[in-house]
Amino acid sequence: MIYFDNAATSWPKPTAVPEAMSRFMLAVGANPGRSAHRLSIEAGRMVYETREAVARLFNLSDPLRVVFGLNATEALNLALWGILCPGDRVLTSSMEHNSVMRPLRALERERSVKVDIVRCSSEGFLDADDAEAALRADTKMIVLNHASNVVGSVLPVAEVGRIAREHDVLLLVDAAQTAGAYPLDMGAMAIDLLAFTGHKALLGPQGTGGLCIGERVQENEMRPLKQGGTGSRSASEQQPSFIPDMYESGTPNTVGLAGLGAGVQYVIDRGVEEIRAHEVHLTRGLIAGLVEIPGVIVYGGLDAEMQTATVSFNIDGLAPSEVGLMLDEEHGTMSRVGLDCAPAAHRTIGTFPVGTVRFSLGALSTTDEVDAAVEAVREIATGRAA
Amino acid sequence: MAESECSVFLFSSTSAAIRAEKLAMESDFKVKLIPVPRHLSSDCGVCLRCDSAEVDAIRSLLESSRVEWENVRRL
Repeated sequence: MIYFDNAATSWPKPTAVPEAMSRFMLAVGANPGRSAHRLSIEAGRMVYETREAVARLFNLSDPLRVVFGLNATEALNLALWGILCPGDRVLTSSMEHNSVMRPLRALERERSVKVDIVRCSSEGFLDADDAEAALRADTKMIVLNHASNVVGSVLPVAEVGRIAREHDVLLLVDAAQTAGAYPLDMGAMAIDLLAFTGHKALLGPQGTGGLCIGERVQENEMRPLKQGGTGSRSASEQQPSFIPDMYESGTPNTVGLAGLGAGVQYVIDRGVEEIRAHEVHLTRGLIAGLVEIPGVIVYGGLDAEMQTATVSFNIDGLAPSEVGLMLDEEHGTMSRVGLDCAPAAHRTIGTFPVGTVRFSLGALSTTDEVDAAVEAVREIATGRAA
Repeated sequence: MAESECSVFLFSSTSAAIRAEKLAMESDFKVKLIPVPRHLSSDCGVCLRCDSAEVDAIRSLLESSRVEWENVRRL
């Protein structure tokens, strides 16, 4: 069996991840930050260790500015709904996932937020000069995905970050596809808000993610999405006004965060640069194998150095869903088919509304799997031609 | 450590208390997270107990690491 759907969720995980979750469930189990007994404190320490690991990976100096939540979608919603006020203007790209586009369209309807969209190339790339040209005097925020979930194209976040600082605009980055797979440095890349998910390249379980809040964003500038118990300021009926508590109401997914901590530690120990080099190597082989099959169209820049380990393609004359079914049933190969929750990106690369077949590799993928998957596509495409 | 020689740092959140504990232990201070004693009040349920003689040094450590605390009280 070949699992090539790591852009949806990574699998398998390093064994340390389920082990850490099992250890928490069997030996700790308590509610972090609520009580003062040893198990509660131990649970709190574990959550803190995960905060610290995430902060180290993204070069954020204060671990307490890592706010945990369910996933990147929740983190993006917190940043967008928390910061954008009626009449504000926001700039985004034409390669975004619905985790950005749907909150923006809702903000447009409900708060009259003005949404500007800068067009990317048909390979999925953004020219930072185009982003700068699209800024208006009243633009408050730029929100960009670091890499496309459809074709893997990496957007010039650091260049846009520099431009954002020059124009005194906030930069929110959707790092769902890159956190753990591609170097991310909030300081060097001038990222003000970084939304990450725990269950993709950070190799943690589903139901974990968060928002890293840079120093340029003040607590009073971002409203929480929800209010409730935090284990702090319990005498008050008003929400606390300090990070992370003000954004973390309710008991967290502590068992998930135990697993996320182990996943992030795996990434730190192996090294993002090493993981990146491994994925570039595999992606280069995958692209080279697919482009030489007659009848196969591969989308994106076709350059492994310019993208993540996500490759979209189609086979001439076959619907993506048919290809996906044959890959699964006849070749034991898992892919994603269709629009990948990113209609804007598919319009940009010219594959809307049919979509594509998507192979997405991960840190634990192998060259043998790439070779076998290419062979499977060749058989399907050749069978079609015969 | 006799009670009279101990002090506690009080914090507004458990996350800050845990961060303070880790930083202090890494610098070899003898500290322990304990429930907030009933005659003190705090915004969170745990506080960091330390040797009173080390309060100033721990205070500088927390300041340099930008960990905020609410109060320091002698036990």
